[in-house]
Amino acid sequence: MTADVTPYKWVGTRSIRPDGLEKVTGRARFGADYHLPGMLVGVVLRSPHAHATIRSIDTSAALEVPGVKAVITRDDFPEITSEEAMSGESVVDYRDLSRNIMARDKVLYIGHPVAAIAATTRRAAEEGARAIAVDYEVHPHVLTVDEAMAPDAPILHHDLITNDPEAETRGPSNVGKRHFFDRGNVRAAFDESDVVIEREFKIRPVHQGYIEPHAVVADTDEDGRSVVWCSSQGHFLVRTLTATVLKWEPSRLKVVPAEIGGGFGGKTTIYLEPLAIILSARAGRPVKLVMSRQEVFQASGPNPGARVRVTIGANSDGTIIGAEAWMAFEAGAFPGSAVGAACQTVFAPYDIPNVGIEGLDVVLNTPKAAAYRAPGAPIAAFAVETVLDEVAEALSLDPIELRYRNAAEEGVASTYGPTFKRIGFKETLEAIRSHAHHAAPLKANQGRGVASGFWFNAGLDSTATVNIHEDGTASLLIGSPDIGGSRASMALMAAEELGIDQERIRPSIVDTDSVGFNDVTGGSRTTFATGMAVVEACRDVVATARQRAATLWAVDVEEVEWQGGRAQHLSGSKPPLTLTEIARSAAKTGGPIAATAALTARGVGVAFSTQICDVEVDPETGHVKILRYTIAQDAGRAIHPSYVEGQMQGGVAQGIGWALNEEYVYDETGRMENSSFLDYRMPVASDLPMIDTVIVEVPNPGHPYGVRGVGEVGIVPTTAAIANAIYDATGIRMRELPMSAVRVHSAIERRSDDGTRTPVG
Amino acid sequence: MRSHVTCTINGDEVEFLVDDRQTLLDALRDELQLTGTKEGCATGDCGACSVLIDGRLNCSCLVFAREVEGADVLTVEGLADADHLHPIQHAFLEGAALQCGICTPGLLVAAKALLDRNLKPTEEEVRYAIAGNLCRCTGYDKVVRSILDAAAEMRDSAVVS
Amino acid sequence: MARVHLSGELRQLAEGATVIEVDATSVVQLIDRLEDRFPDMKGRLREGIAVAIDGEVMANADYLPLGPESEVHFLPAISGG
Repeated sequence: MTADVTPYKWVGTRSIRPDGLEKVTGRARFGADYHLPGMLVGVVLRSPHAHATIRSIDTSAALEVPGVKAVITRDDFPEITSEEAMSGESVVDYRDLSRNIMARDKVLYIGHPVAAIAATTRRAAEEGARAIAVDYEVHPHVLTVDEAMAPDAPILHHDLITNDPEAETRGPSNVGKRHFFDRGNVRAAFDESDVVIEREFKIRPVHQGYIEPHAVVADTDEDGRSVVWCSSQGHFLVRTLTATVLKWEPSRLKVVPAEIGGGFGGKTTIYLEPLAIILSARAGRPVKLVMSRQEVFQASGPNPGARVRVTIGANSDGTIIGAEAWMAFEAGAFPGSAVGAACQTVFAPYDIPNVGIEGLDVVLNTPKAAAYRAPGAPIAAFAVETVLDEVAEALSLDPIELRYRNAAEEGVASTYGPTFKRIGFKETLEAIRSHAHHAAPLKANQGRGVASGFWFNAGLDSTATVNIHEDGTASLLIGSPDIGGSRASMALMAAEELGIDQERIRPSIVDTDSVGFNDVTGGSRTTFATGMAVVEACRDVVATARQRAATLWAVDVEEVEWQGGRAQHLSGSKPPLTLTEIARSAAKTGGPIAATAALTARGVGVAFSTQICDVEVDPETGHVKILRYTIAQDAGRAIHPSYVEGQMQGGVAQGIGWALNEEYVYDETGRMENSSFLDYRMPVASDLPMIDTVIVEVPNPGHPYGVRGVGEVGIVPTTAAIANAIYDATGIRMRELPMSAVRVHSAIERRSDDGTRTPVG
Repeated sequence: MRSHVTCTINGDEVEFLVDDRQTLLDALRDELQLTGTKEGCATGDCGACSVLIDGRLNCSCLVFAREVEGADVLTVEGLADADHLHPIQHAFLEGAALQCGICTPGLLVAAKALLDRNLKPTEEEVRYAIAGNLCRCTGYDKVVRSILDAAAEMRDSAVVS
Repeated sequence: MARVHLSGELRQLAEGATVIEVDATSVVQLIDRLEDRFPDMKGRLREGIAVAIDGEVMANADYLPLGPESEVHFLPAISGG
């Protein structure tokens, strides 16, 4: 599928990433790697209760502990009014954000911060934390959507009114928002369908599982300005969010991006930054805060758990005529789960005339959910793609053929509304259908499953600056953190535009004072949008270079074209000038050569993936082994194929963990019982096979190189592909995640008890 | 209580004072500024802090700093010679075996521990040798391939030299 | 006239209409006119909403121009990972 011949010299090659050397030698500096003179160490005191009112906090004894330099609590943070809560263009509720960072009247989950301490040593800070006296009035708590939506459930937020017409009379509840979409008449469609299948699903919360814990160093000066070093998916976002919750002008903050050790959506918010800034202000010294792994699990964003019900009706020829979904997401302590995105993506791969979708955003006494790779979509796809497998079976249709017959394509009105432009979903289905994997033989206790998925790409805002040095090399100043090799894709596109070797281009991820605004590295947008800014800035540089060549040749600029990375005179009578030659004489021809492009990226595409998976199920233990895995994904165009494959493989690996092992386990008090990497079992190398990739390239007409975002969609179909493979191997439908050995084993036992193929879940 | 430790780190003799409860990881990072060794969990479950102590693979978060008295410690900073990379580092770059790079130092050290004793590992042996090193970005595919490539490269150069 | 497609909760606020034609040259003007016509919509299109114009979903579309044939959808704003 990957085009063998492209018109490009650099785009599509597998060059060595510009930051590679620093990262294999240990020189790269991540969030926790900054040491400043006089730096203090901070710790956060967290709630031991899942739901309680804070009656009082006494910090006086803590301040007496030798080495303790500052203690902060809710009294050190400004109140954000509900009018200010939704200010700005963001979907973030700043009042909730502020209260999640530091509890005010109530603590809402175990791990909710109630104070922070800075001291000369970690031990002193911990002793200081133990000396803080917090008086709690403990309330009953809720840990699941069923508990939270029960008629007599304890209410987390007494000002939370659901946005539906009857809610005014019902008063506050734990349902933050009700999303509701429909089209046609889904009930009538089900009446007309030859096959209607309705199933319910349960999904536990999982964590993004980045290996680098949240970390920050803040140095606040006497003028009330602060420099913040931290790892995040967007240092401009850190600046905006932090400034807003502190009620500071953003320009008082300079945020310096550390290398980021994984984020997957979980580092598109803030936790520690305002605490470090205020501690540093109180102590007059730099302060470092680093979460422990337990804190990462207990207090940073899990992906929501959910209850889902999906119904699909189809005609005997395999045409899906109606589809309905009901989804309740566990938002955690504050509203704002990805259920809205789940509603938009749930049926998006398919052309379905009658649709009904309802989504509920439910608060409960667990950490506030955060984004996780294609937020919401994998939960929806687990349900839809396993029901489709049942529909295919009921109609005796090949599951890929069923998907193909209903696949969305250009001109189809998507189930979320807008009409699709050129998309590559069918091409991913064809890629899997024609792959050797699809026809390979299977043995006893082995099974094969397929599934597909959809996710949006974001465009948003990016700025990039290109500086041409006197030796003809180029610096790219970029404001999008490089989380998976984006420096490489930027350098390749710049090399293509400028006509110089990729090794002569140095991309730097620079601080918030050194480049214009950039939205987060998220929404699969960086190579697309920031890449577009790089391309535009390079084209501006080329225009300047043509002008300089014209000056050197004493001709009109219209007589100079840029070809093969060189200025050429139309007559062919002059020896071409390379960028290096033009740069060398820049001082004499008009001064430095540089350009900045600042843009809102338009022309964004959408992404699809289809996956096929073989498993072997041990009937004695229920253990599921992944034997073989192949993913096809439409990348538009792969700028650096290795890092595109890497995104696909990484998404699948996270999906495998989610499918088979990962879950938050709470005890009855609301304490997470498995808050370590030993007990929260992510896939290790010996759990996985090689993950084969097929990069499908249906270029996005909206990008100069045809780029579609590739970061997220790879995780969307994975849990369903595995569930379908488990069914193929065992005849058992698993409708609860994770499909751990214990759950699969007990499902096998239940079936052998009554001798039938019993669906479980 | 504080202890005075003398050991070799990356070929250099080093002396430092540590708290008796301080881990080798914290001593490397906080006392010696060798921040290439990473902390992902501090409980020995992620391998980001992997180092070699007298040639053996260890999680430095599970070792007290005072325990390395007289030992020979190798961290990621000691993998490359002054002017050229170790073949494993090369292979990771060529094979795009890193995305975010936080687990990379530990994986490189674990891979060295494997290849120091077995220059002809199977894919399965590689997978088990790095099973103590969590990587959340790559799905391990390119990591495993790169280690196999490094082994082949080292075999070839061993034959030549 | 831009054609505004409404689904679910927004359709309820627009007396059940699924497609409304609005004479507007920008998104912000379109929202003003929708609010004039359907007072229940007041504020509902201004917070946490993304706008799709001719198939492209955008977060901050207020001042983008609308063509005479533009197809407009209002969607809940979402964030990526």
